[in-house]
Amino acid sequence: MNIASTLVTSRPDRSLTLTDRVARGLGWFSLGLGLAEIVAPGKLGRALGLEGKETLLRAYGGREIGAGIWALSDTPAPAIWARVAGDIVDLGTLAAGLRGGDDSQRRNAFIALAAVGGITLVDLLTAMSLSAETTENKGETGRDYSDRSGFPGGADKARGAARDFKTPAEYRSTPVEEPKRVSGELEPA
Amino acid sequence: MKALVWHGKQDIRCDTIPDPEIEDPKDAIIKVTSCAICGSDLHLFHNYIPAMMPGDVIGHEMMGEVVETGSDVSKLKKGDRIVIPFTINCDECDQCRRGNYSLCERSNRNKAMADKVFGHATAGLFGYTHLTGGYQGGQAEYLRVPFAEGTHIPVPDSLTDEQALFLGDIFPTGWQAAVQCDIQPTDTVAIWGAGPVGQMAIRSAILLGAKQVVAIDRLPERLSMAEAAGAITINFEDESVVERLNDLTQGKGPEKCIDCVGLEAHATGHIDSMMDRVKQATMMESDRPHVLREMIYVCRGAGVLSIPGVYGGLVDKIPFGMAMNKGLTFRMGQTHVRRWTKDLTRRIEEGQIDPSFVITHTARLEEGPGMYRTFEQKNDSCIKVMLKP
Ligand SMILES: NC(=O)c1ccc[n+]([C@@H]2O[C@H](COP(=O)([O-])OP(=O)(O)OC[C@H]3O[C@@H](n4cnc5c(N)ncnc54)[C@H](O)[C@@H]3O)[C@@H](O)[C@H]2O)c1
Ligand SMILES: [Zn+2]
Ligand SMILES: [Zn+2]
Repeated sequence: MNIASTLVTSRPDRSLTLTDRVARGLGWFSLGLGLAEIVAPGKLGRALGLEGKETLLRAYGGREIGAGIWALSDTPAPAIWARVAGDIVDLGTLAAGLRGGDDSQRRNAFIALAAVGGITLVDLLTAMSLSAETTENKGETGRDYSDRSGFPGGADKARGAARDFKTPAEYRSTPVEEPKRVSGELEPA
Repeated sequence: MKALVWHGKQDIRCDTIPDPEIEDPKDAIIKVTSCAICGSDLHLFHNYIPAMMPGDVIGHEMMGEVVETGSDVSKLKKGDRIVIPFTINCDECDQCRRGNYSLCERSNRNKAMADKVFGHATAGLFGYTHLTGGYQGGQAEYLRVPFAEGTHIPVPDSLTDEQALFLGDIFPTGWQAAVQCDIQPTDTVAIWGAGPVGQMAIRSAILLGAKQVVAIDRLPERLSMAEAAGAITINFEDESVVERLNDLTQGKGPEKCIDCVGLEAHATGHIDSMMDRVKQATMMESDRPHVLREMIYVCRGAGVLSIPGVYGGLVDKIPFGMAMNKGLTFRMGQTHVRRWTKDLTRRIEEGQIDPSFVITHTARLEEGPGMYRTFEQKNDSCIKVMLKP
C-alpha cells in the first residue's frame, strides 16, 4: 500500500474523497495566488526581495491560474503534479530572494519559503494520493468480454433478425432500391 | 428510505431521506427492485448539465413493484412488476399521441423555466435537471411515478430483472439510434462509443440488418464486447478513425453514423479536443463535440447522423458548411422510450436479444457512490453497473 493512500477516506457510500476535497482547496488557492501575482507583482516582489522580477512573478501567476482551473476540473491529478513542479521552481526563486534585500525582506522571504515548503508537502501527498486512488482501484482492465454477444441464438443468426421491423415514415431516408428513371428524371416517390 | 443524492460535482452520497408519497391522483409508488447507473448520470456527476441542485435524488433506470396507487390510476395495481421509462409521459398530449414521448407537453412541471432555456420545454425526466422537472430519481428504495398510467412498461413474468431493466432507457435508446438511420442491407453503420448505449446500438443495427457495423472506442474490454456481437472495431488511440472507415467503404465513408458518446468526448492528441477541454474548464463552451466533427467529416454525402449521445448546451467549431454541402440528415433526441418497448419486450421474450449481457458489475445501493467512481474511471473493466436497493 502507498503511504499516500492513508489520506484517502474510501467509503463506498460517498463518491467524493478527502483527497478530492484537498485537491479542490489547492485549486482555489492556486487561483487566488495566481491573481495576486498578476495584479500586484510589484508589492509582492518588494515584500520578498524580488524587485525587478515583476514579469517573472506575472508569468508564475499565469501558471498558478492554469493549474487552479485544471485542479478544479474532473481530472485534477496532472494539475496537482504540475503544482508540485511549480512549487520547486518557487522555492528556487524565493531562495534567491534570501540572498539580496534588507533584513525585513530576508525575513519575509524566509517565511514565504517555509510556507511554500509546507504547501509543497501537501501538494506532493495529494498528488501521490490522487494517482494512487486511480491506480489502486483500477482492478483488472482490458477484460475479455468476447463471450457476451447478447444474442441467445448466436451472433450469426442475429444478423437481420429484426428486418420485420417497419421504419416509421419520419425516420425514412435512403430509398431501398435506386428509384426508377423516366426519360432521365427520377420518378416522383 | 435510502437514496443516492447529488450534493455537487462528483459528490454523490447514499443518504436517508423521507419516503416518497402520492402527491397527485395520477401517481403510483414503486418499491425499486433494481436500478442502474447510466452514462447520462456521469454528465450530472461531472456537473455538465445545468440546473441540478444539492439534495436531488438521481437515477433514471429503474424497475420495481407497485406498492401504492393514486385514485385516478386504474391500469396498475399493487404487486404489478413494471419498468419505468426515464421519460415521464401523460399519454394524452399532442406530442405523446404522436409517439414523441420525450417531448410530452404536460409532464415537465418546470415548464416556464424550460420554455425560456429551450424555446419550448421538453418532457419531465426522472433524476435529472430541474429543467426537466426536477423529479426524484430511482437510485433509491422507493420512487414516485407521476402520470403512472402512461409512464410504465409491463414486465412479463418470464423475464428476470436483469433482462427487463434496460427496457427503460439504454435498449430503446440504442434501438431508436439505429431506427433513426433507417438501415438498409447495403449500409455500413459506424458507431462512436462502445459504452452501454453503444453496445445496444451495435446490436440493434445488427438485428436491423446492416451490412457492416463498425464500433469505435479506446477501451479494449468494450471493444471485445462489441466484437462479440459481430462488429468490426476501431481503437481510436491506435489508428485513424477516418482512414479506417474510408478503407472499409471503398473510400466513400459510412452511410450512417451514430454518436453514442455525447458531450464528454475524449480525443488523445487532437488539437480541437484539447481546445474544447480548455474552453470547457473555463466555461467558454459547455460541451466537447469532437465526435460530432468527426462524423460530419467522414459520413458519406446524403448520409444520416443519428445522435443519442447527450449534449448539454453550446458547442464550438461545428463544420456546418460541410454538413450543409454534403446534404446530411441529423436525427437526435432523448429517447421516446415507450414508443418501442412493446416490440422490444417481445424480441427479448422470443430470444432475439438478451440485454443482460451488458451488466459487468452488481452492487448494493449503499455502494452506489463508489460505483459511480468505478464507472466514471472505467476501472475494473466496468461497462454497466446494476444496483440492488
Ligand atoms: N438519447 C437518450 O435518450 C440517451 C439515453 C441514455 C444515454 N444517453 C447518452 O448516451 C451517451 C453514452 O452513454 P453510455 O451509458 O454508453 O456512456 P459511457 O460513458 O459508458 O460511454 C461512452 C463511451 O464513449 C467512448 N468515447 C469517448 N470518446 C470517444 C471518441 N472520441 N470516439 C469514440 N468513442 C469515444 C468512451 O470510451 C466510452 O466507452 C451519453 O452521452 C449518455 O448521456 C442518451
Ligand atoms: Zn440514461
Ligand atoms: Zn404527454
